[in-house]
Amino acid sequence: MRTPAPESEYVWGGRNAVFPNEDARGWLERMAEKGWTAPTWPREYGGGGLSKDEARVLDQEMAALGCRIPLRSFGLWMLGPVLLEYGNEQQKREHLPGIICGDIRWCQGYSEPHAGSDLASLQCRAAADGDHYVISGQKIWTSHADKADWMFCLVRTDPDAPKREGISFILIDMASPGVSVKPIRLISGSSPFCETFFDNVRVPAENLVGKKNAGWTIAKALLAHERALISKLRDARKEEQDTLEDLAAEYIGTDGEHIADPILRDRITRANMDFLCNKLTLRRSAEAVKAGLGPGPETSMFKLYGTELNKVRKELRVLIAGYRGIGWQGPGFTARELTFTREWLRSRANSIEGGTSEIQLNIIAKRVLGLPD
Amino acid sequence: MSFVLTEEQLAIARTAKHVVREYLPVTQLRALRDDGDPVGLSPDAWRALAEVGVAGMTIAEQYGGAGLGWRELGLVAEECGHTLAATPLLSTTVLGAGAIELGGSDAHKRDWLPRVSRGDALLAFALDEDTRFAPGDIALTATANAGDFVLDGEKQFVLDGHIADAFVVVATGPDDGLSLFLVPAGAEGVHAERRLMVDSRNAASVRFDQVQVAEADALGPIGGAADIVSLLCDRAAAVLAAEMLGGMCEAFDRTLAYLKERKQFGVVIGSFQALKHRTARMFCEIELTKSIVAAALQALDDGADDAPMLVSTAKARASDSYLLVAAEAIQMHGGIGVTDELDIGLFYKRARVAELSFGDAAYHRDRFACLLGY
Repeated sequence: MRTPAPESEYVWGGRNAVFPNEDARGWLERMAEKGWTAPTWPREYGGGGLSKDEARVLDQEMAALGCRIPLRSFGLWMLGPVLLEYGNEQQKREHLPGIICGDIRWCQGYSEPHAGSDLASLQCRAAADGDHYVISGQKIWTSHADKADWMFCLVRTDPDAPKREGISFILIDMASPGVSVKPIRLISGSSPFCETFFDNVRVPAENLVGKKNAGWTIAKALLAHERALISKLRDARKEEQDTLEDLAAEYIGTDGEHIADPILRDRITRANMDFLCNKLTLRRSAEAVKAGLGPGPETSMFKLYGTELNKVRKELRVLIAGYRGIGWQGPGFTARELTFTREWLRSRANSIEGGTSEIQLNIIAKRVLGLPD
Repeated sequence: MSFVLTEEQLAIARTAKHVVREYLPVTQLRALRDDGDPVGLSPDAWRALAEVGVAGMTIAEQYGGAGLGWRELGLVAEECGHTLAATPLLSTTVLGAGAIELGGSDAHKRDWLPRVSRGDALLAFALDEDTRFAPGDIALTATANAGDFVLDGEKQFVLDGHIADAFVVVATGPDDGLSLFLVPAGAEGVHAERRLMVDSRNAASVRFDQVQVAEADALGPIGGAADIVSLLCDRAAAVLAAEMLGGMCEAFDRTLAYLKERKQFGVVIGSFQALKHRTARMFCEIELTKSIVAAALQALDDGADDAPMLVSTAKARASDSYLLVAAEAIQMHGGIGVTDELDIGLFYKRARVAELSFGDAAYHRDRFACLLGY
């Protein structure tokens, strides 16, 4: 449990949890016993009960030992913090312990076919019926919906109110009659994304989190947790990759001193410089926040620039590897070469998911630069 | 390093802003240009800057300077960028005085540095010879001659060359290595001729026609001055990048204000998404430039090993970003953007000249790759 985990060995928990080996199961059980899968959550729900400073020390020690993440979970990363803030006591007691020990796996029901960038226009309907809501409609881009036990979901509870004021945040058991799931294939091949359909699914009214029709506030709070998570995971991944210049030396060769293709060499340098400037700007922004100088440049800028840089980088890996960077599967290509292909294609989604680049530009124009609608 | 400025640095930036805007507004550059001013800068304004410590900011206190760092001088340069201030900051403070401090004798330092700090002496750095920055390719020769040396060759694009009191001349020789010599402007065989550049700032062609120099006037080891030249060019590139940052911020702010005020089709043009997105992208480019410029200047102050790599990134980024912002500033201003009446065109012109000075983006990307070993 002290070597980096390849994606195939990630532990996601759930009723049908799959562990790559017994060590992974044991590691999760021991961490969950101490509540250290959720170090800062209160002890009464099974959390670690640590202060933020204590949790930071735990993080640092685990990183220093090279420990694997015992449990990957949208419950831990997204739903839990929101339940702690907006959930009632009964909801916390019912759901937090299962998240902490990894017994229940959650998925996120946000986007819909007609509500992508304009999320607040979502139409999935929850109609009150006695002490239940009846859900009908569709969600899309639901990561791991086919493996999840429960979904936290945005539904429309008042179709007549202005679009942001008729949305509620509700918890749905995926085993309920009327729920069906269909995986989505991407240009990069199979993916964790799914479509989820609700055909008159009955959900107890007590599963509604916060006030009815006040779900948009919770939705936004959860998105902030999601964005923080995306940038954290992305940073961790970057470190593992070969440098572009090393790949170029390997696939293209050198003229003794320089990468033999001067045009690719220049493009690699642009990418390297942009990466350096972005890294420094992230640091500058963090320092400004720490010094109490406000949030600095908006996070939208980092989402925009980070994802575009990643696309450039993945594309360059393919161009560097040439024919060996466009293989699809089977013999004749190394495992790494096949990841060049898949990651290049997958990266096209980076500037779409989590708010498109265009949405980020809108946010910068409006909130940072004060340009009018 | 820390990106957050100290109280002292903030005070320096405030003072610089105040003095530069009072003595060196854009109208001053226009006046120099339109009057055909033979000097090409205002000695009075330079003395005013010297009085608040700018001329000798990076010169040691024992020679009348302020003994501050490149990060601080960068803050001043940034303010100069806002108003396109014509000053001898690069030629005299960064390059001339820098060469004397790095390679000069005690006598050189005592003779020149206090005068530079007071704003009373101007120096020029004679490096380039052809159509672009190429510090590794110097044809001007220094030939040994009975214990002394003879300089022969011609320099181009020497900043403030026609008004300098002395030149720091980069020469090849007496063998293959580079040498630096301090040559008074009045020395026999020195012919400086002003060149009017597109940004209305000072540059000259300077011919060194069999000029006799003494061994005592060498700055740094004879035949072994390449490291000094390289460090000087890095400092100049970093300080220039800071000036470019100020220039692009000013062009951007003026454009942003115009987008919020100019109406067409009954609405302010800043409400059009075609302009909003480009403006937001410019904002991002400027934010990235701010970070790398600060990092490069600080690395020079720290004497960090990666300073050359950071400086090259800063100059490449500043060149690309300034040109982008200035070109977009013209486009977004529309017709009035291409008139001489509006200042925006002056920023565009300065962006081009600054890009080519001390290495353009392509030069610095190549250097970055070489420094990283590919």
